[in-house]
Amino acid sequence: MDAPEPEKGGITQPRLDFVGYLRFFWRQLTSMRTALFLLLLLAIAAIPGSLVPQVTSDPNGVIAYKRDNPGIAPVLENLQVFTTYSSVWFSAIYLLLFVSLIGCVIPRTKHHLDALRVRPPKTPARLERLEGFTTRPSTVDAPAAVASAEKLLRGLHYRVQVYGDSVSAERGYLRETGNLVFHVALIGVLVTVGVGGGFGYTGQRVVVEGYAFNNSLSSYDSFNPGRFFTDSALEPYSIALDDFEATYEESNLDALGQAIDFTAQVTTTMRGEQPREQDIKVNTPLEIGGTQVYLLGNGYAPVVIVRDADGEVVFNQPTPFLPTDANLTSFGILKIPDGLAEQVGMIGALYPSTAELTSGALTSNYPDLINPTLTLEVYTGDLGLDNGVGSNAYALNTDELTQVAGRNAPEPTIKLGLGDRIELPNGLGSIELAAIPRFASLDVHHDPAQGWVLLFAILVVAGLVTSLFVPRRRVWVKAVTNKDGTVTLEYSGLARGDDPALEAAVADIADRHSPSPKA
Amino acid sequence: MTETLVSYSLVAVYSAMAIYVLAFVLFTLDLARRSSPAPARVETSVEASSGSTRLLERVTTDAPADTKGPRYLRAAVALTVIGWVLHVAAAVLRGAAAGRVPWANMFEFTLTATAIIVGVFLAVQFWQDLRFVGAFVVGFVLIALGVATVNFYVDVVPLPPALQSAWLVIHVFVASLGTAFFALGAAISVVQLLQARRAAGRAAGLRFLDTLPAADKLENLAYRVTVVGFVFWTFTLIAGAVWAERAWGRYWGWDTKEVWTFIIWTIFAGYIHARATRGWRGSRSAWLAIIGFSAVVFNFTIVNLFFKGLHTYSGL
Ligand code: HEM
Repeated sequence: MDAPEPEKGGITQPRLDFVGYLRFFWRQLTSMRTALFLLLLLAIAAIPGSLVPQVTSDPNGVIAYKRDNPGIAPVLENLQVFTTYSSVWFSAIYLLLFVSLIGCVIPRTKHHLDALRVRPPKTPARLERLEGFTTRPSTVDAPAAVASAEKLLRGLHYRVQVYGDSVSAERGYLRETGNLVFHVALIGVLVTVGVGGGFGYTGQRVVVEGYAFNNSLSSYDSFNPGRFFTDSALEPYSIALDDFEATYEESNLDALGQAIDFTAQVTTTMRGEQPREQDIKVNTPLEIGGTQVYLLGNGYAPVVIVRDADGEVVFNQPTPFLPTDANLTSFGILKIPDGLAEQVGMIGALYPSTAELTSGALTSNYPDLINPTLTLEVYTGDLGLDNGVGSNAYALNTDELTQVAGRNAPEPTIKLGLGDRIELPNGLGSIELAAIPRFASLDVHHDPAQGWVLLFAILVVAGLVTSLFVPRRRVWVKAVTNKDGTVTLEYSGLARGDDPALEAAVADIADRHSPSPKA
Repeated sequence: MTETLVSYSLVAVYSAMAIYVLAFVLFTLDLARRSSPAPARVETSVEASSGSTRLLERVTTDAPADTKGPRYLRAAVALTVIGWVLHVAAAVLRGAAAGRVPWANMFEFTLTATAIIVGVFLAVQFWQDLRFVGAFVVGFVLIALGVATVNFYVDVVPLPPALQSAWLVIHVFVASLGTAFFALGAAISVVQLLQARRAAGRAAGLRFLDTLPAADKLENLAYRVTVVGFVFWTFTLIAGAVWAERAWGRYWGWDTKEVWTFIIWTIFAGYIHARATRGWRGSRSAWLAIIGFSAVVFNFTIVNLFFKGLHTYSGL
């Protein structure tokens, strides 16, 4: 293909003014060599991000890494290695690459448009130097042979030009078109990815069976808006989790308890419309209000009822517990700031199918609720909710608290089966495990440019296939009138770019045009 | 039922491996045969290649198709075909045992991908005589199968919800096809590098090279094979993104596996540019093809087993 190599002009100029420098720099940047260099550099630059956890994909991993590697972590932090793919250096490489790409594509497009209008070039004087050279005796005179060759080549979708007693033909402009489409579509992918990230948002929300969530900023557990996000992008709708079903392997002994299917049955309501019942599954998100809603996690949210010493209910709600293993051994925190004689905090563990280890510790040996146990270590004291310290739902700072039931307390850890009700220590009141509903963690995504990204990605493949496999070639047919008056036909071709089938193509044209006596 | 099929599948794998060993030996003997004192033919071909223009090139490169002593070679190919039939049977039986496609964990993926590699190697022979890389290809496949059966083996278990998708079928199958073409391209590039050394007078010991195509011809072959792999890989990348959007809620998240797929793609894009760049054609671009394929192997082994990410499907 007509790869525009940098012209050497810039170097030979004796003195460069400012514009000259700019032009020289631009030529360097848009040269094929620079493109190659930047591509390889990009490949290398992407490596560190796979070796070190990334803030975007694995925030907890980053925290753990920093804790475990206090020496090198600050250095990596300064080098933005924890955010490799948005780091200054990574961005610089791909932006330079794309500037180079644009600088490369524009002149090539111009060049290609010109080439589309130019007639095939004059027939070379000596065809025998070119590829697939073949001669055949002609049964007709030169003008007739040329006319039939012209017709034949036109029929084969060549662009044809007659020069005297010869035909010059060219085909495969689509190859360069494909190449340009490919490179332009790459730019399209980059731009649409950027636009989508800028105007979109993602949010996470845990919903317990029987509860609903509204698509509004305040109802998300966590929310990541794009740079250009505004609240108006949030389409108001609500999703109620009616039921969550999990299916586990029961017969295959190698995979007992392995999850086979998760289904969240939901009722969705768009403003001003009838509610609809729908399912969300892993791999089949729910499409609603310009967003996709994904089922990315699930677990149990035990409903605990706490009553004060007089039997008045002071706490009655589900608390999502974090699953920690495949059998859904889960941990959670209960905080009861009001209603009891003292503020109470509890660290809970839930074993859906309780089993005892030889050490006496509890464990879960199946993820479904076969015989659940909730254990609670109970603390009293100031939970720190007023100053905001204790606001993390999954953490309880016990430094200032007193354990009143548990391993380090006179009373043992509280153990509750489903429906059990037990007195709290110190006459605080009682606690009951009323129900264990499931929760689903839903991810809501809005990416206005997602369809465009896909479109450009498809163009990338289409352009690539065209540019790699459409042969671009020139073919000539020449009628040479010999001294004795007979006419010899000469055929040959020239590849432009990789073209393994050129010789066969020339032979085929010769065969069609003047079938050899043998055949 | 499942267990019977699984054990038949394993018997088929081991039989295939045994036959591949024989094929490997014969491919190697063929290379050794090419090293024996050569007839005059070689001299003429060397001479021709030294004065090679585009037109003369073909004269030298037809040499390996010569009839002298191809019996090893024909037997090697025949054995490879038999081994491959058993190999495919092993993959199919495994799939039947599991009731799904046989590429949902590392053992199954290795089993199927290597079958595809051998299949592509055999199919390509109809287009171009590439039997001289047989020792590389069958040798590589043997090592991979050995590691798979010894280190990656897992019993049949049902698919976790995230893998229950048509994209598992498409994405992984096309990735294997891409891998097969990259493997072939890398094997040819290795021979190309040896050939380039010989041309530079630094590989005098390797007489068998005399009977193989010249470096520039090999480069063209490697290129044609590799670009096919590149198209498949590009598709893999996109199909993976579509699937990630379905399963994980975003089409691209720089997960370790995504990163490495991207790195591989970029290396091969570099390879294609290198061929079009003055000063990079030849040995340098051959190195890129080899580095690219090494990255594919790295992505499948080291990244799967030791890197943390969402693609935890090794089953180990
Ligand atoms: C984002 C970075 C780039 C990527 C991923 C990329 C990728 C590719 C690929 C895969 C091909 C082979 C398929 C085809 O012919 O269409 C190719 C060819 C080509 N690219 Fe790029 N490219 C990039 C940037 C550039 C830049 C900056 C230039 C200009 C300097 C350039 C110039 C070319 C040319 C001239 C060809 C044709 C090569 C040939 O004749 O084989 N590319 N590119």
